[in-house]
Amino acid sequence: MQIEILLFGILRDVVGENKLVKQVVSGITLETLREDLLVKYPNLHQYQNYTIAVNEAYTKNDYTIQDNDVVALIPPVSGG
Amino acid sequence: MNSSILIAKEKLNLQVCYDFVQDPSCGGIALFVGTVRNATDAKEVTLLDFSTYKPMATKEMQKIADKALLDFDILRIAIHHAEGELQIGDIPVIIAVSSPHRKAAFAACQFAIDTLKDTVPIWKKEYFIDGEVWVNATP
Repeated sequence: MQIEILLFGILRDVVGENKLVKQVVSGITLETLREDLLVKYPNLHQYQNYTIAVNEAYTKNDYTIQDNDVVALIPPVSGG
Repeated sequence: MNSSILIAKEKLNLQVCYDFVQDPSCGGIALFVGTVRNATDAKEVTLLDFSTYKPMATKEMQKIADKALLDFDILRIAIHHAEGELQIGDIPVIIAVSSPHRKAAFAACQFAIDTLKDTVPIWKKEYFIDGEVWVNATP
């Protein structure tokens, strides 16, 4: 299945993209997605302190990704 | 509607926030106005650039407003945040809260700005004369 991964803040600079479209196996959790991304983008190693939002809400690492989910990698926020 | 949530590329307007929360039943309005500081760790800042995950940031700001209205004895709350490039002295954020009594207004205002800084997906890049840095990005 296919998912969209949005990148923000420093993660845009690290990965070099605003958005990734990725094929993933069904049943994959956010935790596994994190590991996959780290393999593909080793530069993420020092930025593992990001959280993940699915469909615009913060979501825990054990969540199983569904078809057409919009996943966003959220580095530490700094608004205000 | 007792809350006003906004993320804008245009200059934020204090009067709009004030007018939204003002009400005859209220004895006070607490305002927090964030302003762009000219230095970080004694290093001169030239400008800030705010980027947002706008749909989610709007939802998270609404959650803060809803919780403030539930948990504190306040009447209305406005949370406005800027995006894009801001110069020294410009206003990235305004929180306005009205309440019958000042204590709740202060407490809700503090809760809103503290929570915004924790949860709302907005990122600031600081520009210095000799480079730039994403604030809070590295542990």
